[in-house]
Amino acid sequence: MSTLTRPAKVATDSPARRTSPRRAGRRGAYKGLLFMLPFLLGFLATYVVPIGYAFSQSLYEKKGTGLGFGPTRVVYTGFANFASVLGDSAFWASMGRTLLFGAVQITVMLGIALLLALLLDGVAARAVRFFRAALLIPYVIPAVVSTLMWLFLYSPTGSPLLDIAERAGTQITFFGGLNTYLSLGNLLTWQGIGFNMILISASLQALPRELYEAARLDGAREWRIAWSIKVPNITGILVLTGMFSLISRLQLFGEPLIMRQIAPESINTDFTPMMEIYDKAFKVGDYQYAAAESLVLAVVTGILAFVFYRATNRKMS
Amino acid sequence: MSSVASGGGVRPSRRAVVLTTGLLVIFLLYSLAPTWFLIVSATKDQTDLYSTFGLWFSSNHLGDNLQDIWTYHDGVFVRWLGNSVLYSTLGAAGSTLISLAAGYGLSKFGFRGRGALFAVIVGASLLPSTLLAFPLYLVFSEIGITNTIWSVLIPYFINPFGVYLGKVYADSSVPTELMEAARIDGAGELRIFYAVALRLMSTGGITIFMLEFINIWNNFFLPLFMLNGERTFPVTLGLYSWLQQAQTARDMNTLVLTGSLLSIVPLAIFMFTLQKYWRSGILMGSLK
Repeated sequence: MSTLTRPAKVATDSPARRTSPRRAGRRGAYKGLLFMLPFLLGFLATYVVPIGYAFSQSLYEKKGTGLGFGPTRVVYTGFANFASVLGDSAFWASMGRTLLFGAVQITVMLGIALLLALLLDGVAARAVRFFRAALLIPYVIPAVVSTLMWLFLYSPTGSPLLDIAERAGTQITFFGGLNTYLSLGNLLTWQGIGFNMILISASLQALPRELYEAARLDGAREWRIAWSIKVPNITGILVLTGMFSLISRLQLFGEPLIMRQIAPESINTDFTPMMEIYDKAFKVGDYQYAAAESLVLAVVTGILAFVFYRATNRKMS
Repeated sequence: MSSVASGGGVRPSRRAVVLTTGLLVIFLLYSLAPTWFLIVSATKDQTDLYSTFGLWFSSNHLGDNLQDIWTYHDGVFVRWLGNSVLYSTLGAAGSTLISLAAGYGLSKFGFRGRGALFAVIVGASLLPSTLLAFPLYLVFSEIGITNTIWSVLIPYFINPFGVYLGKVYADSSVPTELMEAARIDGAGELRIFYAVALRLMSTGGITIFMLEFINIWNNFFLPLFMLNGERTFPVTLGLYSWLQQAQTARDMNTLVLTGSLLSIVPLAIFMFTLQKYWRSGILMGSLK
């Protein structure tokens, strides 16, 4: 605010300085860019050039001779790779699977995070601090480590979960069919609850307390206030966290890749689009096709982000 | 702070208190139990790991497990931890400085295309870095720097979200009047930046550093794409390679579990000492 009022005051001091913002602007042009130079160069090197290079690579195809021991030739094939990717039902299946799975898992995760945030909104301050810190512990743990932890908990040998189930007289398996998704979903939900709860809590705290006064005078109960007043007022943050989560689910990679170590028959190499790209690039060795897949995935992600961005911006303003 | 208590004499019913506390405790147990399992498992030897109840201790072998970890493969685990510290510290420091400078340039200097540039940066921060990993690998292998420390550090340095935060912090904490005053005193732009602006943006700097440090420590896919020599692995990738070996060669599960626990310790200490910074950073990110 102070920066807005200040130039006006300067202008009244001396009319000659009225032109100074423009002069400063021109002078600022190269100086501002100079401060941005390291970032801009790096951005060029790590965003623009790789995407361009991946694009140019994806216009070629590697034609092997025989068993691949002979010389392979790389020939220009135009958009043939893209056409193959667009027509690759396995690739789209992995994308659809990941998005559908993500939509369900994110709904559950945000539902629990919302419930916890609402519960904590009605609890005494000291307990809140303790619960928030404790519920955030899974977020502190690196994704690789939390995957390993759950992997051991899911493992057929030595898992305390299986011990408990056995004592209760039931048998459970964590992989195969729907169970694979439940296990993976549980892992991602466990990782994400605390973080999302913090975000939701913050926007709950930002709501003016007067909002509830009238309802309370009318005799509304806490759960009624939560559902009819608090939740409708924080849809913005729910949509936003949902959007970020869904975009990150589209890139799902490490967790299923690590889980594949003990459940290779339940989690295929093309379980998620990123796994498929990794497999095509480093196991099959088809860089050109993997590059095309990367770009298609980037475009899909970009479209998704854009749609969400527009939707949320409209909602917020 | 309690909305219930401040609600003008409306006291929550006993049942509501029990229900609330009960649900919170259930989710508390859910959040903590796997970590508890990890701690317990790190104290067990191979036989106890499979034969005793996973959520409680048996005979203590933590010392042996640690000994195993330090010595296995000439202490490669210590090297991984060191690599993680190195990547996280250098990567976060570099990206913080670059982001603050760029954010400052974006915030304090008017130039044509500034709005468009800012839009590109916000857009890029929405693009997950996972997507760039393979295109980056293609370029880096072309110029021959894969499997070097630079192949992971250079991408870590460039953090559009950090630039966004840098701009927000520069907007709110560096008064343009102060820069004008410094200019009148004859200070050069670079001097104004490091002597005045950087100091004023230090809280923002710590936040960016924290967030990036955590990101790099947790990162898995970029090193997986770029590095193939065990000696350059960060600890996340090292643990994954042990898990892979465990499937084929000797049973290394005690090493994997103890190593997992050890890999959290530095990060947890780091995060709990500086938690107010990264928390404000996440919140700020959510408000963009």
